[in-house]
Amino acid sequence: MKLAVMVNEGPYTHQASDTAYNFIVAALAAGHEIFRVFFYHDGVNNGTRLSTPPQDDRHIVNRWSELSKAHDLDLVVCVAAAQRRGIVDPDEAKRNGKDSDNIAPGFRISGLGQLIEAGIQADRLLVFGD
Amino acid sequence: MLHTVNKSSFESASLKICLGLAKSGSDILLIEDGVYGALAGTIHATMLAEATSAVSVYALGPDLKARGLPEDRLISGIKVVGYDGFVELACANDKVQSWL
Repeated sequence: MKLAVMVNEGPYTHQASDTAYNFIVAALAAGHEIFRVFFYHDGVNNGTRLSTPPQDDRHIVNRWSELSKAHDLDLVVCVAAAQRRGIVDPDEAKRNGKDSDNIAPGFRISGLGQLIEAGIQADRLLVFGD
Repeated sequence: MLHTVNKSSFESASLKICLGLAKSGSDILLIEDGVYGALAGTIHATMLAEATSAVSVYALGPDLKARGLPEDRLISGIKVVGYDGFVELACANDKVQSWL
């Protein structure tokens, strides 16, 4: 089955990104397809490669990047939510005159249309947030 | 429909509202702090115990464990599932409603 997931909370502030991750791992293990993971609101903070948690803690951002690499996951960050919170890819950095970018590997910045498409294309859309 | 409730019934009315609106035959999965609602003997236990005749209620095992809630203290009729069970419930129902 084709599943889409939406994450609305940041890492380390709420359990939502952990629950979403564990759900996706279980879905992949059961042979389902993850059509897209859409990060909205504070959820965009899952996509900064500058995150450096203590070594004995889970690295939520790297965990997403590694899962994306292993399963070719489409991790999409909402552009408007990302701009507000300082999540920037090279194109957005250039466009807005920023001196650097911080998007983590496996993530891409796009718009709400990607969420709508996921809702249409996937068999189920699951929302994780506060 | 699968309803997921992630708030403790001591913190939010989402479980109560969910139970009030869920159609007979629905599945309700308690996740994150929502698992506190599965405890027997609390002031909210009757509400959920009465609902189990019309809807199927599940609690996410890893979230119970993370909060130190033993499975033998749950309201009878509540089934404990893992993330694999969460995936199965999401696929078995045609829609998933998150009560955030």
